Amino acid sequence: MTTLGWVTILVFLICVIAMTRPLGGFLKRVLEGEKHFLAKILGPVERGIYRLAGIKAQTEQSWSQYAFAVIFFKIACFLGVYSLLRLQGYLPLNPNGMAGISPDLAYNTAISFLTNTNWQSYSGETTMSHLSQMLAFTAQNFVSAAAGIAIAAAVIRGFARRTTATIGNFWADLVRVTLYVLLPACVVLTVFFVAEGVPQTFKGAVSVLTVEGAHQTIALGPVASQEAIKMLGTNGGGFFNTNSAHPFENPNALTNFVQMLCIFALGAGLTNMFGRMVGKERQGWAIFAAMAALFVVGTGVLYWSEAHANPIFASLGIDPTLGNLEGKETRFGAVGSALFAAVTTDASCGAVNAMHESFLPLGGMIPLINMMLGEVIFGGVGSGLYGFLLFAIIAVFMAGLMVGRTPEYLGKKIEAREIKMTMLAVLCLPLVMLGFTALAVVVPSGLSALSATGPHGFTEALYAYTSAAANNGSAFSGLTANSFWNLTLGIGMMIGRFFVIIPVLAIAGSMAAKKMAPPTSGTFPTDNGLFIGLVIGVILIVGGLTFLPALALGPIVEHLEMLRGTLF
Amino acid sequence: MTHLQQIRPALTLFVILSVLTGLAYPFAMTGAAHMLFPHQANGSVMYHHEQAFGSELIGQNFTQARYFHGRPSATMGPDPSDASKTTAVPYNAAASVGSNAGPTSKALFERVQATVKQVKDENPAAIAAGMSVPMDLVMTSASGLDPDISPQAAFFQVKRIAHERGIAEASLTQLVERMTVHPWLGWLGEAHVNVLQLNVALDALRSR
Repeated sequence: MTTLGWVTILVFLICVIAMTRPLGGFLKRVLEGEKHFLAKILGPVERGIYRLAGIKAQTEQSWSQYAFAVIFFKIACFLGVYSLLRLQGYLPLNPNGMAGISPDLAYNTAISFLTNTNWQSYSGETTMSHLSQMLAFTAQNFVSAAAGIAIAAAVIRGFARRTTATIGNFWADLVRVTLYVLLPACVVLTVFFVAEGVPQTFKGAVSVLTVEGAHQTIALGPVASQEAIKMLGTNGGGFFNTNSAHPFENPNALTNFVQMLCIFALGAGLTNMFGRMVGKERQGWAIFAAMAALFVVGTGVLYWSEAHANPIFASLGIDPTLGNLEGKETRFGAVGSALFAAVTTDASCGAVNAMHESFLPLGGMIPLINMMLGEVIFGGVGSGLYGFLLFAIIAVFMAGLMVGRTPEYLGKKIEAREIKMTMLAVLCLPLVMLGFTALAVVVPSGLSALSATGPHGFTEALYAYTSAAANNGSAFSGLTANSFWNLTLGIGMMIGRFFVIIPVLAIAGSMAAKKMAPPTSGTFPTDNGLFIGLVIGVILIVGGLTFLPALALGPIVEHLEMLRGTLF
Repeated sequence: MTHLQQIRPALTLFVILSVLTGLAYPFAMTGAAHMLFPHQANGSVMYHHEQAFGSELIGQNFTQARYFHGRPSATMGPDPSDASKTTAVPYNAAASVGSNAGPTSKALFERVQATVKQVKDENPAAIAAGMSVPMDLVMTSASGLDPDISPQAAFFQVKRIAHERGIAEASLTQLVERMTVHPWLGWLGEAHVNVLQLNVALDALRSR
């Protein structure tokens, strides 16, 4: 570990803090339909889209109408992406002549992109045409991110409003986020990435004659435009197989730093938007503080782990000062890789700039834990915030039980219905993560896909279902997904998305209908250190108690075996 | 609004937003990229007498003793003797992949053991001078296309190349120092040397 490494982590955190308030303010103006400078320029486009689609943006929806709108939109996305992938061999913009995609892979990939997971059972540069990368993946990166932010806004409205039946209009939220937040930011980011060396072309691969006289074929494509939204929308699906480790996706330390900032930008901004919309920015900063504390601890452990060389190699006479470099890029080194791995799994991004499978056991455990906690550490755009609010509800519920008062959050009573919905959402994740892992490690078609044996093989399976259910998309990529995996991971991704979205919208609906009680001396404040500590405790206890046995069988036992020098 | 009335906006918005973000946006960006940064937009390809010899950002497989070597690469490619099989093709820039070997993998240990032996055999003078094997010369990169090595890994190879080329060690050390990219503004990223650009400069050094 080096001082500069810790400085990098510190500067990163300062940059995130600095972005939070301006982004929160802008997001609020966009989602509340208020005036802002981009509406003056792009307003006619927004209204044109409404006219074409037959949308009345001012008409508000109840929570169930909002949920149906989300589901119908996702069904349209599934059908569109699935057909495009199956037919890509017949479609244009296919300079490398890629064939159509098999049904199980097309199903898995369509689910993966519409749920903002971007798990990739395929290798981009050898499987997908430029058209699929753009019209299927880049477009889904935009709309799945916009949908996530829209849902977060609807949920916040539920908390902010009183005695009303409606929580906003999904179509208006979707269009506004895409048009005013994501697109303009991605235009700027794309130009920056191209300037730094990320390709942006419709050409196929180029052939070169290397210095030693060998032939090398270099895959190219419209990478930069996808890279921008891949990071900003916490999607994480790479143009190339090795994602942000590929020099064309992430050419240097500066692009690496900007990519990490993009992952956290909107998730952090939404905490501030939450505070502004419920009328007290401090409420947002309390959430931010809890997230930041969990981020710092995880990142520290990961960096500590990866800055050390694998002790198994100690006898071979290798210089250990650079740390564990297997599966890492020279230009990022231990700190650039460790910080990226922490950020990408705190948020539900899932882009990787190093191979998580080759991390030392405890280093690989941190991304796993980050995902198991439900990706509420800034989290996916939108999903991080509404996921966190579920834990906040449990925290005030527990505080209420301790003092014997009806729990309240932001002046609203938390009652049986909200707790039931919260538990439904919180429990579906471990069910998928642990249930499918248990299945995969006993059936032959599950086991045959694993590349590792021993505890590492178990972690590989656990990581896959954890990543799918948490909608992250990063992987221990030794796994070669077959149709069993494609099918079960697809189910896991859908449960992880919709069994959270629907309960959380139901909570928003019932919260919006409630009266708001003014705070009294008995009210448990939710903007101070006690609340922050309590909610961190709830997140860790729910995650820790549920997953500790599985972690003990995987990374923890592997760590102990590594110290003994055991090989598998 | 009944629930079924939402089907029309679902379908039309899917189409409109897909066209806007999946066609209009990447097309516009490609146009802008080619106007502003045509070299980068097309993959930062380098030419010598109109023959493309590589990309600034993509590593190449150097095996000759007279060149600096890059990191081991885990990329695969079709087997020339049997197209249905794959074989190790280091630095295959058409199919990036990492080793994905776990820390307690027996296969990884045996691979590293063999690579360490090879590196020691190739650089007897450095080993005799008491230098230890640089980590990056025996560990595969994440992409299999890593263009860089650490300055330590470059210095480690100086004695071998000086011997092979009959150039003074000092001028090679100077060359490595000149080609080293230091952390951005002194704090961000790791010091590294681009192996392809280093070797191109090395060839230029000789012909001078």
